[in-house]
Amino acid sequence: MLRVENLQVVRGQTRVLDGITLGIEPGQVLGVLGPNGAGKSTLLAALCGELPAHHGRVLLDERALGDWSGNERAQRLAVLPQTSSLGFAFRVEEVVAMGRLPHRTGQVRDQAIVVEALEAADAGHLVGRSYLALSGGERQRVHLARVLAQLWPGGDGCTLLLDEPTSMLDPLHQHTTLQAVRAFADRGAAVLVILHDLNLAARYCDRILLLERGCPHALDTPEQVLRPEALRAVFGLEVLVQPHPERGHPLIIAR
Amino acid sequence: MNRLVPPRALFVGLSLLCLLAVWLSLALGPVSLPLLDTLRAGLRLIGVPIQAQGLEQAELILGQIRLPRTLLGLVVGAVLAISGVAMQGLFRNPLADPGLVGVSSGAALGAAVAIVGGNWLGGVPEVFAPYLLSIFAFLGGLGVTALVYRLGRRDGQTSVATMLLAGIALTALAASVVGLFTYLADDATLRTLTFWNLGSLNGASYPRLWPLLLVAVVVTWWLPRRAEALNALLLGESEARHLGIEVETLKRELVFCTALGVGAAVAAAGLIGFVGLVVPHMVRLLSGPDHRVLLPASLLAGASLLLFADLIARLALAPAELPIGIVTAFIGAPFFLFLLLRGRA
Repeated sequence: MLRVENLQVVRGQTRVLDGITLGIEPGQVLGVLGPNGAGKSTLLAALCGELPAHHGRVLLDERALGDWSGNERAQRLAVLPQTSSLGFAFRVEEVVAMGRLPHRTGQVRDQAIVVEALEAADAGHLVGRSYLALSGGERQRVHLARVLAQLWPGGDGCTLLLDEPTSMLDPLHQHTTLQAVRAFADRGAAVLVILHDLNLAARYCDRILLLERGCPHALDTPEQVLRPEALRAVFGLEVLVQPHPERGHPLIIAR
Repeated sequence: MNRLVPPRALFVGLSLLCLLAVWLSLALGPVSLPLLDTLRAGLRLIGVPIQAQGLEQAELILGQIRLPRTLLGLVVGAVLAISGVAMQGLFRNPLADPGLVGVSSGAALGAAVAIVGGNWLGGVPEVFAPYLLSIFAFLGGLGVTALVYRLGRRDGQTSVATMLLAGIALTALAASVVGLFTYLADDATLRTLTFWNLGSLNGASYPRLWPLLLVAVVVTWWLPRRAEALNALLLGESEARHLGIEVETLKRELVFCTALGVGAAVAAAGLIGFVGLVVPHMVRLLSGPDHRVLLPASLLAGASLLLFADLIARLALAPAELPIGIVTAFIGAPFFLFLLLRGRA
């Protein structure tokens, strides 16, 4: 489990994150919402050790993140960045197989995992194609498969951090992707996902952290966080919130 | 997308090509030996007991001249190519060249200092002259690369972009100093300097070969061990870190191996351009970008290519000899343009 207490990140003279206390619970999906520049990606970078914390420690399984060896850490913590700059013509399955680098499970097992992870990310049909020939959305799903493969089969003790995994996807794949993430969490993994779509967050997240200029505005269930007052205060957006007619989760409609 | 060659077929093909290059390189020259005699004399040289009748001359030419030259070509080509792969991986760009980190220009600077400076000091004793040149070139390459690496570092992180720009700046600086030495040099020294800058396998001898061979063994043993890490690095530095790779260590190793390998190659054979750029590119078209295949395949291809280039250098204007750098650039530059235009189509 990944945990921070009173995290503060400073860039130059400005505090870009302050007062973040957070635990990513096994079996749960934690959504992070907030306007552009609110510090969502900074939070993710601090949680995976890319950015140093000015104050507060990041603990992975109760041990400081920096104390883990790269390999051990990678066996239980996977990160999907917003965009990737891979510019070489690897085949799709080779990209996903890179997720198995921290492990020594053998070629046969790895190949099986690559296939399963690709299926989970609904990218199984892309096998054999060159990564460079894929569309942006297809590439995004291949990278999702890569980080799933890194933690496969998931379960307790695995943490997955996702930065806008649906930003380039069509409506159907926004849902299939988050369903795959949900299923991964249901098998015991702890997931943090940065999202922009309030309704996707309402449907798939167990808890939501609402960030406003680097500080937590709210951290609670979607029903508690996604209220018109909070969304007006943070996004400056006037909304109606109604229960979803079939599923009951909050449905957010701009006025 | 074009079909890739399966790794095993690629290795067999490149190994055969390399053997052919070695055979031709041993046989052809001012005194061309019959191919069969070359083979028999070559086998005798490595200790296979074969009737020596009528092979004395072939054995002498092979042992004293052709074999050291061929070995030098093999090793220089292999090291330049594999260093090119390392740099293209480090810069995550297929157009990167080992010269980018300043090793070639540093070596040229070292060589200029040794050639012109040696002349000023009233000439270095004949015995030391070639070694002095090699040592200065090697140290020059290592020194400038170390400086480029140092300039790219800030807060314990190495910025590849800063390194690239620092490499360009220091290359220009080194070139200006070489230019100054060129201006100050007298005619004979100028000739030595110019020829050195064009590269040649002409000076091949066993004493020159051993240090390079040692460096080549280290580099070609080390880099393939990092093949998977290099693959991960192509995803991006933070992605590689998330996959458990110690990225800073990896970058340091790549720069060090390149500086060592290219420095030693340049010290032994002068500046030979385009091999480090074109060979990995060419091999990638056949093998795909996976470094587990790309590194050893580039090694074989680079060795073969340099031997063929040396054959052209030796035979084109026989009995005179072209500097090999002219040949590699003459083949390499149009081929590079071809790749660029092909990619655009």
